[in-house]
Amino acid sequence: MDNILWHSVFFWAFAVITCGFAVMVVLSDNIVRMAVALIFSLSGAAGLFLLAGADFVGAMQLMIYVGGTLVLLIFGVMLTAQGPFISLKAGSGDWIIAVVMVGLSLAMLLPMAWSVPDWHGPAMGASETKTTKQTALQEEAEADQETVVVEHNVSVTEIGLSLVGVRTDLNQEDQESGQLPEGYLLPFEIVSVHLLVILIGAAYLARAKRPRKPTKYP
Amino acid sequence: MVESLIENWGFPEWMAYLIAATIPCVLLLHVVAVGALFFIWLERKVSGRIQDRLGPTRVGGKYGWLQSLADGVKLISKEDLVPAGADSWLFRLAPYISVSCCLAAYLTIPFAYGWVAQNLDVAVFFVLAILGLEVFGVILAGYASGSKWSLLGGMREAAQVVSYEVPLGLCVVLPVMLAGSMNLTTIAQVQSGWFTSWLIFYNPFLFVTFWIFFTCALASVNRAPFDLAEAESELVAGFHTEYSGLRWSLFFLAEYGSMFSVSALAVLLFLGGWNGPIPITSWIGWTFEYGWFWGTLGNFVGLANFIFKCSLGIVLMMWVRWTLPRLRIDQVMTICLKYCLPLVCLMLLGNLMWPWIAGPPSASFVQKRYEAYQHLHPEPTTETEADEETTAESNSVAISLPQQVNEKQKVVLTTSSTTDSSLPLQTN
Repeated sequence: MDNILWHSVFFWAFAVITCGFAVMVVLSDNIVRMAVALIFSLSGAAGLFLLAGADFVGAMQLMIYVGGTLVLLIFGVMLTAQGPFISLKAGSGDWIIAVVMVGLSLAMLLPMAWSVPDWHGPAMGASETKTTKQTALQEEAEADQETVVVEHNVSVTEIGLSLVGVRTDLNQEDQESGQLPEGYLLPFEIVSVHLLVILIGAAYLARAKRPRKPTKYP
Repeated sequence: MVESLIENWGFPEWMAYLIAATIPCVLLLHVVAVGALFFIWLERKVSGRIQDRLGPTRVGGKYGWLQSLADGVKLISKEDLVPAGADSWLFRLAPYISVSCCLAAYLTIPFAYGWVAQNLDVAVFFVLAILGLEVFGVILAGYASGSKWSLLGGMREAAQVVSYEVPLGLCVVLPVMLAGSMNLTTIAQVQSGWFTSWLIFYNPFLFVTFWIFFTCALASVNRAPFDLAEAESELVAGFHTEYSGLRWSLFFLAEYGSMFSVSALAVLLFLGGWNGPIPITSWIGWTFEYGWFWGTLGNFVGLANFIFKCSLGIVLMMWVRWTLPRLRIDQVMTICLKYCLPLVCLMLLGNLMWPWIAGPPSASFVQKRYEAYQHLHPEPTTETEADEETTAESNSVAISLPQQVNEKQKVVLTTSSTTDSSLPLQTN
């Protein structure tokens, strides 16, 4: 045993967790177990993000997807389930539709995955296994700004700054020449207003509906 | 650390990584386990004294200090029961989920300058996300037990934690806003110096926010007066009614573990982290500026500071538990949504307005914030140099602070030759 690439080991571990529990979601017929398996599957995906160095996306995955599924489990499943352990059996029609849909999206995703010339990221270049091919690729990537894989750690500060309109990840020269990249301020504002509308709507729907008191003195 | 294991000790690379990863894991596990042993004993003593009793006195000689060990032996030797009506897979799984979520939160908590298992840039956010997941084990336990008491307890816990996450998240925003970072190490570094530079004393709004944070944290770790999920007088024992033996004790391990992590978060965000009230270590030169050895000595003092402050937080939680009566579920919800949430929103606005009232932050604060940020994200010296540097090298500069870096960064560390030897934690 010369060397173990722990990165790969953990990648496979998380990938197996993600996919294994995803299969369990499909095959299980107990709705609560399905939700639990979904939570594990999503957590595995969060692990993959953290492994790839995308800390922010990983934490977001945990907060929004895993936490969101948790709320779904609580309010959607537990409160509406009639029996103590409700079971769901998918009919053959459902299976056919599901297989067709999933097959189509898989057919779309797989060519995209294979169309990437080489999956070379910062994490793949371990010192021992760094072949000349990979070094060459890295140099090529540096030469050609178009194909550069984002290799530095994008911190949350940069993500936050780009949301309010300052792109720190772009070249300094572009900013000095007066062509300021606009960042993502507009989409950010649109999403914020959208969420505000949803909040007001939820508050409107959930408010206590008091009967209007008849006024005594008109 | 990995480098030194390979070069000085001659370990193969894979084993060096394994050792470097195992050490913080084992240490953190011990923080949780030994901490739980100690705090369970302390809880019994504190509750005893508050109720004018003595508490445990016999096991281990003076003060009954081995009481929790005796409890542990008893719990291990108990029979591991699964009720006939339970969903046995989920029932067995639930305590482990609670414990593993509790442990995962410790990964990003720094215990002293640079002593952190994973120096995440989003540590605050990560800890909050993980703490929110801990309730999952409780809900699962409540559901899978197949008992009405348990289910009621689980549902109460769910409603409570889901609502208290909102003000808790908002409380955390204030220190993050002032420090300009979500990295817990940075936030604690900003508060170095005299105790007046702790963020709780930064302005009156932060002082109020600390107490809101404390209240919400109390609720989110399911402690009295918010312990509705296990309300003994109403629900037998709530979500852990059907549990026995080791699985039951795992829930308590998780509870005491998350009490510690929540007060660690409070200490890091508001109470100066590992910085003592008086900056003695910087007076006598126990900092990393004077070398690795003195820095480590200073770090031990910081560690003692940090653990002392966390323990104070836990004692405060116990004090509250044995003083206040349990609330009803509607009162719990009222406190959260009608008092805590508007209050913390008000504090957020007040904190934003503070520069207009008291002028811009002091020069020393800005300097400390800048320095703390520079430690994490050093700017490349000149632009031409930055272009010449390979991206891998700039990556290795950017992670000068963390002791344990993640897998990707570790790889970079070994590949690049430009590790800054003046920085303490890479050399040991």
